[in-house]
Amino acid sequence: MGRLTFKGGIHPYDGKELSKDKPIKDMPAGELMYYPLGQHIGAPAEPVVAKGDKVLEGQMIAKAAGLMSSPIYSSVSGVVLGMEKRLTVTGTMADCIVIQNDFEYNQAPPIIDKKFEEMSRQEIIDTIGLAGIVGMGGAGFPTHVKLSPKEPDKIQYVIVNCAECEPYLTSDYRKMLEEPEKLVKGLMIEVSLFPGATGVLAIEDNKPDCIKLLTDLTRDLPNICVRALKTKYPQGSERHLIYAVTKRKLNSKMLPSDVGCIVNNVDTVIAINNAVMEGKPLYERIITVTGDGVKKPCNYRVRTGTLYSHIVENCGGLKGSPEKIISGGPMMGFALYDLDVPVTKSSSALLCMKKDEVKAARQTACINCGRCGEACPSGLLPGWLEDAANHGDSERFIALGGLECVECGSCSYVCPAKKQLCQSIKSMRKVELANMKKKAK
Amino acid sequence: MEYKNVSSNPHIRDHMSTGKIMLVVILALLPTTAYGVFHFGIKALLIVLLSVLSSILFEWLFCKLIKKESTIRDNSCVVTGLLLALNLPVSVPWWIPIIGSFFAIVIVKMIFGGLGKNFMNPALGARCFLVISFPKLMTDFAYDAFSGATPLAQLKSGSMSVKITDMIIGNTAGTIGETSMLAIVVGACIMIMLGVIDLYVSGTYILSFAVFILAFAGRGFDMPYLCAHLAGGGLMLGAFFMATDYVTRPVSKKGQIIYGIFLGFMTAIFRIFSPSAEGVSFAIIIGNLLVPVIERFTVPTPFGVVKNSNRKGGK
Repeated sequence: MGRLTFKGGIHPYDGKELSKDKPIKDMPAGELMYYPLGQHIGAPAEPVVAKGDKVLEGQMIAKAAGLMSSPIYSSVSGVVLGMEKRLTVTGTMADCIVIQNDFEYNQAPPIIDKKFEEMSRQEIIDTIGLAGIVGMGGAGFPTHVKLSPKEPDKIQYVIVNCAECEPYLTSDYRKMLEEPEKLVKGLMIEVSLFPGATGVLAIEDNKPDCIKLLTDLTRDLPNICVRALKTKYPQGSERHLIYAVTKRKLNSKMLPSDVGCIVNNVDTVIAINNAVMEGKPLYERIITVTGDGVKKPCNYRVRTGTLYSHIVENCGGLKGSPEKIISGGPMMGFALYDLDVPVTKSSSALLCMKKDEVKAARQTACINCGRCGEACPSGLLPGWLEDAANHGDSERFIALGGLECVECGSCSYVCPAKKQLCQSIKSMRKVELANMKKKAK
Repeated sequence: MEYKNVSSNPHIRDHMSTGKIMLVVILALLPTTAYGVFHFGIKALLIVLLSVLSSILFEWLFCKLIKKESTIRDNSCVVTGLLLALNLPVSVPWWIPIIGSFFAIVIVKMIFGGLGKNFMNPALGARCFLVISFPKLMTDFAYDAFSGATPLAQLKSGSMSVKITDMIIGNTAGTIGETSMLAIVVGACIMIMLGVIDLYVSGTYILSFAVFILAFAGRGFDMPYLCAHLAGGGLMLGAFFMATDYVTRPVSKKGQIIYGIFLGFMTAIFRIFSPSAEGVSFAIIIGNLLVPVIERFTVPTPFGVVKNSNRKGGK
């Protein structure tokens, strides 16, 4: 069988060799831990602790505010110092619960007392919601909502996004190598929720060891299979992953469940296993610390709430003064101007770049070369969209399909004129989506 | 404290830049230029230098005049100057390349907003302007001891005396850069291998031209005649170096195929039915003008969207 893929995409330098062979290490927690209330898409969580309260590791400190929300757990034991407005990864200020770590790590009891075998379908989904599990690939969509489609019988594929197409990141890779049983078990739990579903582990073919390991592990499982994907960015984009695996296309107005699919990230699936099998809520994740600005690139198990500055101090140091520090990968990550921001459930990496390529790039005029259109996984013409966006021409922007953009950044990457295509289109999309919401009301 | 750089994602960029693309084109034009100088003598080199240098100068002066940052560093004016020179006969007086450069750079390109905004290929625009304004000078292909009739002119008058192998190597009369099919194809291969052009435009252009020539010339399947048409005149230079000009060709693949077929059709019409022997430059210029219309109807359908007939867009 040929390698599965989609049309378009790019092949940037992937930088994975820096950290791919480094086993996951535990990152010690800092003294002060910060937990933003909005670590997911949907309503921010509501605090259930007050100043002065003693908390245990794995104790809920904020509960879900409605269905489209997710609770937050303390990742250390200690004392609640109160609430504080703090800078977060995306550059906005948000309410955070501050906890002083007592370094004793006293564990809270498991969040469930039932065994997986005894749980009903709804109980499993409720447990996943209760554990505070959200999409850990970056979007932070509450997983229990994803697992509750309108018609569960019509779900045919439960896909685990093991592509890790984002350059430099190796956290998913390490997880697959080090905890493959948990990954497979987590997927089996998900598949058990949907009677007609097959579990698919979709892995880019630059990770042959993972493909082999997981193929061996799932050989005797009838409804789980491994699929090799062509290595290309953005192979891990939800819509394009679904297309690569099932050849079904969906647009921006559709949900994966509309074509009978559910897609989750590696870390998320392992978190599902931990919640359902061990009753452990989500309060730690793997973060790749890498880039040419880091002395010792490595993969760390980090407790959420840890400050990035703390990670930098404890990762073996930086090389000189990197020009750019990014939370996440180089294509989709957020640049940080200040490192005193906390790790959340959907942070995936700390990338330090010696040189900022964006700053070094000199912008020239568009020469209509069409490279952006060739790279666009959504089949758009980013050059034209940028033009429409810069003129505020909303009619043309929508007619050209601007809303179908997945904001992967491939167009900006390939542009020889170094235009900020993705950036202009993103801004315009935000405006258009907000306008559409307003109209709908 | 020290603040780090911030910008919206993505944070990495490909190494390819506009300047580098233009350098590749210049590199790809070198075999053709070198052959032209070898074939037509030192005067050809002089014309090339005059044309390139005056192009750079006019662009620099224009930027100075309108108080804008100079754009000569994107190398596109060198490409224009070089292409213009390759489109001139070696017999032209020294001031022709200078007037041509002025028209190409200032009138066709800079006045409309510079690189990326020109509606037709600057070098071709200038060539057509020169052909119309100085028809005698521009069609005098005499060099050395040769009479100067180009293979296409001979073909038209019905007494073709040039060997096809000579046409492929370039041992014929013509403009400085158009005679050697071999050198042009070597240059085209360089551009294709370095990812600067693909065959969507040039391939369909040449193929459809061949088909239309066979269909319209009334000679049936006359292989030598067809080969002479393919190797003679500016077809190869036009197909690989001018029709592929990013700025003035459609951006979508579908549009490029339509554009290529249109160019082939127009070139065949000009070559067979017009009084002049050549038709490539005018075909491409007309094609350039039609690009906005082609683009209007070839907006690609986004991934996952079901096609609807109510499409608006275009440039």
